[in-house]
Amino acid sequence: MTAAYLTKRLLLVVYTLLIVSLLVFAITQLLPADAAVTLLGQSATPEALAALRARLGLDQPAWLQFGHWLMAVLHGDLGTSMRNGLPVLGSLVDALGRSLLLAGCSLLLMLLVAIPLGIVAAVRRGRPVDLIIAMLSYIGVSLPEFVTATLLILLFADVWQLLPATGYVPLSENFVEGLRHLILPTLTVSMIMVAHVSRMVRSEMIDVLETDYIRAARLKGLSRRRVLLRHALRNGLLPTITIVALDVGYLLGGIVVVEEIFNIPGIGRELLVAVAARDLPAIQGGVLILAATYCVVNFVADLAYAYLDRRIQYA
Amino acid sequence: MPISIGEFNMRDIFYRLLASPQGLLGSLILLLAVVLVVAGPALAPFDPEAISILARYKAPSLLHWLGTDQLGRDILSRLLIGARATISLSVLATVLAMLLGALLGTASGYLGGRIDEALMRTLDAVMSIPSLLFALLIVSTLGKSDFNAVLAITIAFVPGMARIARSVALAARRQDYVNAAIARGESAAYIVVREMLPNIVAPIIVEATIRVAFAIMLFATLSFLGLGAQPPQPEWGLMVAEARRYFFQAPWMMLMPGLAIAIIAIGFNLLGDGLRDALNPKGQRS
Repeated sequence: MTAAYLTKRLLLVVYTLLIVSLLVFAITQLLPADAAVTLLGQSATPEALAALRARLGLDQPAWLQFGHWLMAVLHGDLGTSMRNGLPVLGSLVDALGRSLLLAGCSLLLMLLVAIPLGIVAAVRRGRPVDLIIAMLSYIGVSLPEFVTATLLILLFADVWQLLPATGYVPLSENFVEGLRHLILPTLTVSMIMVAHVSRMVRSEMIDVLETDYIRAARLKGLSRRRVLLRHALRNGLLPTITIVALDVGYLLGGIVVVEEIFNIPGIGRELLVAVAARDLPAIQGGVLILAATYCVVNFVADLAYAYLDRRIQYA
Repeated sequence: MPISIGEFNMRDIFYRLLASPQGLLGSLILLLAVVLVVAGPALAPFDPEAISILARYKAPSLLHWLGTDQLGRDILSRLLIGARATISLSVLATVLAMLLGALLGTASGYLGGRIDEALMRTLDAVMSIPSLLFALLIVSTLGKSDFNAVLAITIAFVPGMARIARSVALAARRQDYVNAAIARGESAAYIVVREMLPNIVAPIIVEATIRVAFAIMLFATLSFLGLGAQPPQPEWGLMVAEARRYFFQAPWMMLMPGLAIAIIAIGFNLLGDGLRDALNPKGQRS
């Protein structure tokens, strides 16, 4: 991995975050909500409103407001929530922690299920197993989270009474209960990604299995198993890193819905509440943090890919 | 003159599409979707808004095939009427995004160089906001309504479509017919719209077909979150949202619209994959 590549990739992250903040700021500026009216209420006098606007800088031109906002964000200040007057950053960071726990569990479960499924489908291509996996993945990618979630709650919480329907228990408070509350949300979030990633793994693996070096390895007399594990997997799974990183965008979107359904106080629910209340600083902060998370994940994935790919080339 | 997409004849593509299991099943579900959108209201056995206190929470039966909801409204009738909102608005959003994205991507691929680089990096940046979040952001600005949800989905889809279009356009850019047009002294706009676009339509249509499935789910999700279609509209996602409160006592209320969304989404996914195979007869990735 060269320093030039690293610099270029880092600059890209900075540029991305700049564009995202510009976009988020521009869109929220179009909101018909007037922050001064929101804070003081409909019955406030025009003088009081004007004074507050001046104090909040709302009477300045948009680009100047953006500049001030961006500077504040760079100093770690996302403003104060218009709902409860608390700093946005603090509550969002707390919420993000809970969301990342859910996201991490879902990602782990997804990888544990999707990669073996994809490999089996590729190796048994065209056989009944492959067809069954294909059918399941079509169903998986086509069920929206809110449908999956409700189905799971109906089965596991109502019919079989195995797991709690909704709610969130911090792992530090009660580890077992916390895990039990995480199972259904995790299943829901990973479902669509399992379907997508296993299909990708399958097609990458099929490509790899048809290459000359795999044929050569088989002709050399190596066993199927050995060829698969030692030669094919390494190259076949490499592109999965990129695919999974891109899917994180989908994951972060899915989390919004799942947190809402399962009543998990994560950043997704925080955002939905902010949107409903037209709480500008909270909306801006929430979207920015999620986009930044996505950026960082993809940055790390690209570096990992470059690193691993290089090793394979020169091995 | 036979209608063709790229170098393919429309009829050949159609036969190849129906020859594959995905293509056939996808086409059948598409046909079902068209019937629902065109004739749904005519087929509905009951008035979808008719409230009947005596017929509340009825399980599926011969009279009410899919059961009734908390107000005694016939769920089948509501699904048939709601198909218009869910399916046609999702298709509309995807088509709009496809047109905008194809134009942007092709232009970027044609212009190349710094402009292309800057445009693509910016689109990448925009794509780092997850689609659902982006749509949320836009709907919260414009106000919640089904039309605004369509706009939000369109805007959220444009960068992805532009990327696909651009990658195909880059390949087309090197073709002789584009060089010939440049040598003839044609304008950039003419080359993009008349020479390049028609030749990159096929992959874009495949992508768009699969995206319709995603749009249907996104639209239903926005309605589910209360930001898309508004009650008492019989939109499918909204029906699921309303049924959630009653779903321990009447699970069919939620299952039926949920299944409807899934079936139509599966159909577009299958159709997209079938089309891709039909357009790439040599491609071995079935």
